[in-house]
Amino acid sequence: MSSMVEKYRNNFLKEVEANVEEGEWVKMCMQCGVCAGSCPLGKHWDHPPQEIFMMIRAGKRDEVLTSDSMWMCTSCYNCIVRCPRELPITHIMHGLANYAKRLGLAPKAQPTAWFSQVFWDNMMKKGRVNELKLGLSLYFKDGFVSGIKESLKHQKLGMNMMKAKRMSPMELFGGHGVKNAGDLQKIIKKAQEIENARIESYGK
Amino acid sequence: MSDIVATNQTILVVGGGISGMTAALEAAEVGKQVIVIEKRPFIGGRVSQLYKYFPKLCFPTCGLEINQRRMNANKNITVVTMAEVTGLEGEAGNYTATVKISPRYVNSNCTACGACGDAVESEFDNEFNYNMDKHKGAYLPYNLAQPKRYVIDPQMIGTDDAQKAKDACKFDAIDLDMQEETIELKAGAVIWATGWRPYDANKIQPYGYDRIKNVITSVEFERMMDPFGPTGGKLVRPSDGAEAKNVAFIQCAGSRDRNYLKHCSRICCMASLKQSTYVSEKYGDDANVSIYYIDIRAIDRFDDFYQRVKEDKNVTFIKSKVASIVENKANGNPTLHGVDTEGYNRYANEHDLVVLAVGMEPSVDKDTFPIELKVNDEGFIEYDEANGGVFAAGCSSDALDVNRAVQHATASALRAIQVVNRVAKAEG
Ligand SMILES: Cc1cc2nc3c(=O)[nH]c(=O)nc-3n(C[C@H](O)[C@H](O)[C@H](O)COP(=O)(O)OP(=O)(O)OC[C@H]3O[C@@H](n4cnc5c(N)ncnc54)[C@H](O)[C@@H]3O)c2cc1C
Ligand code: SF4
Ligand code: SF4
Repeated sequence: MSSMVEKYRNNFLKEVEANVEEGEWVKMCMQCGVCAGSCPLGKHWDHPPQEIFMMIRAGKRDEVLTSDSMWMCTSCYNCIVRCPRELPITHIMHGLANYAKRLGLAPKAQPTAWFSQVFWDNMMKKGRVNELKLGLSLYFKDGFVSGIKESLKHQKLGMNMMKAKRMSPMELFGGHGVKNAGDLQKIIKKAQEIENARIESYGK
Repeated sequence: MSDIVATNQTILVVGGGISGMTAALEAAEVGKQVIVIEKRPFIGGRVSQLYKYFPKLCFPTCGLEINQRRMNANKNITVVTMAEVTGLEGEAGNYTATVKISPRYVNSNCTACGACGDAVESEFDNEFNYNMDKHKGAYLPYNLAQPKRYVIDPQMIGTDDAQKAKDACKFDAIDLDMQEETIELKAGAVIWATGWRPYDANKIQPYGYDRIKNVITSVEFERMMDPFGPTGGKLVRPSDGAEAKNVAFIQCAGSRDRNYLKHCSRICCMASLKQSTYVSEKYGDDANVSIYYIDIRAIDRFDDFYQRVKEDKNVTFIKSKVASIVENKANGNPTLHGVDTEGYNRYANEHDLVVLAVGMEPSVDKDTFPIELKVNDEGFIEYDEANGGVFAAGCSSDALDVNRAVQHATASALRAIQVVNRVAKAEG
């Protein structure tokens, strides 16, 4: 890359390219807008993906990283399928969300952020998701009374999942897991250390 | 047909569009022998299906007619219509082409009086009008078709109507026993001028071309303006025949998109700018045109044209690639959904009619050339030594407007002339 081009590439774009999953794709966006228009949840986003990419290129670091937008992505992949330039938009959205959370900039009380954490913690315990506990923690998120109501509402779904052996009531007591979950935790911890070190060294 | 004389000093031109015609004329007018092989029953190619030319907005029929006359007057040129090159062997200075000629069922006695057409009832899809209407089983492809000679649709052969057509002809021009013929021709150099075809709009599913009546393509819109075209020159909606005053153009429909054609088709921005003037021509101040675009590519000198259209207060430019089209079932209006790039506003805009500015792709599929040629990813023929004495001309080499296609064809003619000159020298 010539120095002339480097001069115009702002620091936040460089940061995203270095630290965000698939971040090096951001520069490829041609601002056509088809991703924004194809997103089924699009109208609930403060900034559609196309705008997020422009904001990154314009160096709007705080606005992007504190935004609620990338947390709205439901991984439907509509945008990826439609993007004329094949940007992995879904992955970039998750990458940005993850990066914002790591930096402590993710909006507080963002429901997707909260659920992702619950999911992660649940999964990390035994190396497998405990559907029953995950479901319960989701239903009881707003307190005991609404939790009972939510659980009753989804009773039929739960029963069907049990019938299809997708969920077991025994999960409440311990639950299934991978062999040597402790080793998995060590692997993930090591990976996190490597990633942390890389991100901390960025820009130094 | 077997009376065609061809030698190693002959230049074979495949495709008789504006590029093939130009190359043929350039070579023939300096004394070279030229044979033009044209797939359709007439020469002129897709230019004959245009209403007006950008940038001057003159009628292309005028330029075409001049070239047709030059061709008719030049005894160095032989035109073979309804013919295709199915095989090509050899190298520069020494090619043998296999040419398949389909029966026209009408011989050179035809005066184009039209009696056969009047005599028959059966009708078939009219390719000239992109199947927007039908032509009779005995027909002239279009008013100014050259050669000016009727054609019998092969689907009519064997029916009573075919016999009726034959009986109606006073000049004994109809020969229902005409058969397909295959001939071999020698040539020193080959000019490949098979042109382009519009990208299949059905492949762009979110735009609903196959589901929504009032979503059409730019090439169909062009046909609507022709006074002798499928709508008699009226700009109307296919669903109900109502006047189409509020018209949207969607740019890059199938171009610049890794899901469809990767390349920029280069002419479609200009085509839509031109077609916006058609709406004004029909409806004056009642015209209401919206152009949805990624960026407008009115290349080099065409920028003046763009600036002029921009000044028209009845034309609005919306910087956005439309995400999807949904039909309003109540009134047949297509509703365009998307987000614009200047403000990131979400829109749902209704229009009377939507025109997809479809891309241009090569008319010959990549792996169906009768001889191995270097082509790029999009299937356009490259200029490459490895192609020997075969030279692309016009849109077989790239998406080009007429001006550039013709320049390119002239260059190809010069290359072909050099090859046959070398042969002439060697043969003494
Ligand atoms: C909507 C639209 C509007 C346009 N408007 C304009 C305009 O206003 N001004 C402008 O400058 N340009 C315009 N263009 C571009 C213009 O149409 C092209 O530049 C022009 O057609 C190129 O001519 P050509 O001879 O290279 O190709 P073609 O016109 O495609 O001619 C190719 C010829 O080869 C024949 N052929 C194909 N395959 C074979 C085969 N296998 N064997 C034998 N023959 C074959 C075809 O039948 C045809 O006759 C427009 C294009 C579009 C899509
Ligand atoms: S669809 Fe792709 S190119 Fe278009 S705005 Fe979105 S990310 Fe950019
Ligand atoms: S010329 Fe315009 S409409 Fe056509 S592909 Fe290029 S940018 Fe798109």
